[in-house]
Amino acid sequence: MSNNRVSRRQFLNYTLTGVGGFMAAGMLMPMIRFAIDPALQTKAEGDFVQTSQKIDEITEEPIKVDFTFEQVDAWYKSDVTEAAWVYRDGDAIIALSPVCKHLGCTVNWAGDSAHPDQYFCACHGGRYEKTGKNVPGTPPTGPLDEYEVAEKDGFLMLGKKIPNTLG
Amino acid sequence: MLNKIYDWVDERLDITPIWRDIADHEVPEHVNPAHHFSAFVYCFGGLTFFITVIQILSGMFLTMYYVPDVENAWKSVYYLQNEVAFGEIVRGMHHWGASLVIVMMFLHTLRVFFTGSYKKPRELNWIVGVGIFCVMLGLGFTGYLLPWDMKAVFATKVGIQIAASVPFIGELIKILLAGDAEILGAQTLTRFFAIHVFFLPAVLFALLAVHFIMIRRQGISGPL
Repeated sequence: MSNNRVSRRQFLNYTLTGVGGFMAAGMLMPMIRFAIDPALQTKAEGDFVQTSQKIDEITEEPIKVDFTFEQVDAWYKSDVTEAAWVYRDGDAIIALSPVCKHLGCTVNWAGDSAHPDQYFCACHGGRYEKTGKNVPGTPPTGPLDEYEVAEKDGFLMLGKKIPNTLG
Repeated sequence: MLNKIYDWVDERLDITPIWRDIADHEVPEHVNPAHHFSAFVYCFGGLTFFITVIQILSGMFLTMYYVPDVENAWKSVYYLQNEVAFGEIVRGMHHWGASLVIVMMFLHTLRVFFTGSYKKPRELNWIVGVGIFCVMLGLGFTGYLLPWDMKAVFATKVGIQIAASVPFIGELIKILLAGDAEILGAQTLTRFFAIHVFFLPAVLFALLAVHFIMIRRQGISGPL
């Protein structure tokens, strides 16, 4: 024993705080883990979604391709329709997300008659070139996201969103 | 560090007397289980409060996932219990705690009754206690419906039927509880949810405050 003798008061303080803390932690831990679960859920995704767009019919002019998939939102399942801007670049097929990188509105190809060869976001006038590269001086701070693409029986399939690879 | 912060605040706001008033009070020998083990019966009130705190906390967390809608109530409960980490535990705490609160409260009532603690000058506290008892039963009744399974719906059907048997105003009580003259459905569920998470807890907090202020004012009753 050291000469720092633990007084009865100290001993009771430590044991009561310890036991109380243990009980409180045992109570709160499940509840907090329960609450932060959405941040720790692992997403099983990466499946390609079938579209009704024939690969042959894709030209160098971007077209809007709608695609529908089943979205599981906790206990609520629904069919969600999203879109991509798709065009041909030599042998490659490029599919861009229409979600504006400024504040998430939806962009349209040739949406602004003054810039018929650019994507235009009507919310704050953001513009992108055909490759998705944002036009400097407009609000967006980065290029449009890209979809992974694949082909099945001559039809276009879209995968998950990835950062723009076209520079 | 903590001490420094405490001192800083205390210097300005003089908070020591406030928490001393709340936390620092004498526990007489006859209610201290360390002196007479049989005095554990004096713990039931505190245990009721302890479980009530668990109920409030677990209930708050459950509403992060629960939705009071006939289409989705059961699905959301199924989801939070089976898909969310510790969902079974958190729902279990609320489920079993609900019964335990009633048990503890009943034991507390028995202790007060058999020690004669309800007598003058503590009659008002007994009356408030009966109010708390009723609110707790109300919380149990309204909470029972929320998972929206067969047991819940039929138990509520029976409960509302009983309420409807009150002379003269029974039909009115039934409509006000169910939200509809005929159907036990969407409106019943939203009503019960609102009553369960807003109205009754508000009443409960008020009554508990009065209950505790009175016991502190009057002190615990003397030995037998």
